[in-house]
Amino acid sequence: MLRFLLQKLGLLIPTFIGVSIIAFAFIRLLPGDPITLLAGERGVSAERYEQLQATYGFDKPIVVQYFDYLGNILQGDFGTSIVTKRPVLEEFMTLFPATLELSICAIILATAIGIPAGIFAAVRRGSFFDQSIMGVALVGYSMPIFWWGLLLIILFSGILQWTPVSGRISLLYFFQPVTGFMLIDSLLSGQAGAFKSAVSHLILPTVVLATIPLAVIARQTRSAMLEVLSEDYVRTARSKGLAPMRVIGLHALRNALIPVVTTIGLQVGVLLAGAILTETIFSWPGIGKWMVDSVFKRDYSVVQGGLLLIAGMIMLVNLVVDLVYGLINPRIRR
Amino acid sequence: MSLLEIRNLSVTFDTASGPFRAVDGVDVSVDAREILSIVGESGSGKSVSMLALMGLLPDTATVTADVMRFDGQDLKTMSKRAKRSIIGREVAMIFQEPMSSLNPCFTVEFQISEMLRKHTDLDRSARRKRAIELMEAVGIPSPEKRLGTFPHQLSGGMSQRVMIAMATSCRPKLLIADEPTTALDVTIQAQILDLLKELCADNNMALVLITHDMGVVAQMADRVQVQYAGQKVEEQNVNPLFADPHHPYTAALLSALPERATARGHLPSIRGVVPGQFDRPPGCLFEPRCSFAVASCRRGAKRQGADLGHALCNRPLINGVPADEKVEA
Ligand SMILES: Nc1ncnc2c1ncn2[C@@H]1O[C@H](COP(=O)(O)OP(=O)(O)O)[C@@H](O)[C@H]1O
Ligand code: SF4
Ligand SMILES: [Mg+2]
Repeated sequence: MLRFLLQKLGLLIPTFIGVSIIAFAFIRLLPGDPITLLAGERGVSAERYEQLQATYGFDKPIVVQYFDYLGNILQGDFGTSIVTKRPVLEEFMTLFPATLELSICAIILATAIGIPAGIFAAVRRGSFFDQSIMGVALVGYSMPIFWWGLLLIILFSGILQWTPVSGRISLLYFFQPVTGFMLIDSLLSGQAGAFKSAVSHLILPTVVLATIPLAVIARQTRSAMLEVLSEDYVRTARSKGLAPMRVIGLHALRNALIPVVTTIGLQVGVLLAGAILTETIFSWPGIGKWMVDSVFKRDYSVVQGGLLLIAGMIMLVNLVVDLVYGLINPRIRR
Repeated sequence: MSLLEIRNLSVTFDTASGPFRAVDGVDVSVDAREILSIVGESGSGKSVSMLALMGLLPDTATVTADVMRFDGQDLKTMSKRAKRSIIGREVAMIFQEPMSSLNPCFTVEFQISEMLRKHTDLDRSARRKRAIELMEAVGIPSPEKRLGTFPHQLSGGMSQRVMIAMATSCRPKLLIADEPTTALDVTIQAQILDLLKELCADNNMALVLITHDMGVVAQMADRVQVQYAGQKVEEQNVNPLFADPHHPYTAALLSALPERATARGHLPSIRGVVPGQFDRPPGCLFEPRCSFAVASCRRGAKRQGADLGHALCNRPLINGVPADEKVEA
């Protein structure tokens, strides 16, 4: 297990270097001069240009520039926003909990519905239920997120007026963030109704963000279960006289989960990509919306730093997934 | 009264290309402490008939039988739940592929004590103690150290020993072993067969041993039932069967034994294969491969009496010669 972990950690280093090169090159590959780009539409005077070039080190050879950049990153310096003048890392840290909260809720929803649906479809293979679930999953999988989000807003916020349209909590409530997770902070605040408001704001974005992962998890669970259910050890479990619930829910599921966990892990990357759209639709103040806003504001240093931080997060999540994978698969454990 | 009695068992699979009768009117009876061997080539419906008894066939199978009794209980009318309290506890089964029959995600201890948890009220530590005893009894060295082992760390022989420990954990009255040694090396094969015989004697356990190997039958069985293409074609005690097989198929299986072939210098095999779903002959199912076949065999085969091993044959052999030829001579 330790060797497996070290192996995975060892793989992270080249991956991180690769991502850092892409993030580094990105701003230099954009058409036009980086200083002009960084300065944005306001433009700069000739002296200011020289000054900026020296500050950013653009006058040095490219390799030196890269190592300076890498050195800064290793010291936790991901650049400074041109618009707000705040460190990129600081902005990221304030906004990330919002995205994390949304993503966690979405992945919980997708898993909590996707796995049982997949199991049920596999056990009742070919039935009406199976075909309906797989049909819905196919639709969910190919659903354009933007369109789907707007549809839900029109129905639940517009026509039915059940849920709010945007933000994380009603403006009536205000408190200092403690954990950054609105569900927890609203409870901690002790303000009546705050938690309920936070939940009602969270529902639609969660549903929208969970749609694709849910479809993928349900399909993967179904196919993994179908494969496992015809295995010899499932027959052995039944030959012990165990109840069907135990045979399916323990002996079969435990094996089927191994590929499903990998799928869930891969969905985290998809989720962060989906967060960009979902957060934009629902004005959710997370890193997805932050990145989109920064692109529109031409805040390239935020885009550059944010990209690297998001990539870092995905890598971290994948490491956790590998760890879980190792824990549930005995063939890796030793 | 026999421990297990099955009469006129049929199993039909609902396949994409229509119904397929894999077991066709088979009778099985096993006495307490008896070793019955079911023998026949691959595809003869040996596994399917025993899986039907255990209730382990997929939903596509339709099982019918006139009688299905175990130890005085009627398995036909029993609820699924009641049957599950017998399966594993009183009738247990082990399989052909020991390596894939154990669940890769659980330890040896978990898989053995799960059976005890289901069918006994031993507590955790008592189950562990019993698991160690069982592993010792099936010849697993230093069992305490093996408790936490996962199946992928075991050899085929060891896996089968674990399966046997598991299957015998509740002291079943009947063990069904479906080709338990087919996937194993020859030396291991002999050890496992010896172990099974020893366990039967020690635990007063009856054994249904499914095999395609007449050598294994000779070494193990009290009584033999020969199956061909889903039908029982002959049944005799082991010694008379080897001395005087009545069905041409039994005779052919026996003449394929290496020790019988050496006299003629080569190992004869029965030409042709067991008919499947699409090439079932209209009359006697063995007719296309039978060297004694006559025209009437195309219309069907007659069931002979106990004196002729219940042979399903129009021309049962006596001392290697069809009975009717003798009459003519
Ligand atoms: N689940 C199934 N669906 C359809 N046909 C099956 C199934 N299981 C077994 N059969 C068929 O039933 C016949 C008997 O199989 P089996 O009992 O496994 O033979 P044996 O154990 O004697 O080698 C074979 O022709 C096999 O293809
Ligand atoms: S009935 Fe005829 S074909 Fe069938 S086994 Fe007997 S002799 Fe051969
Ligand atoms: Mg078989």
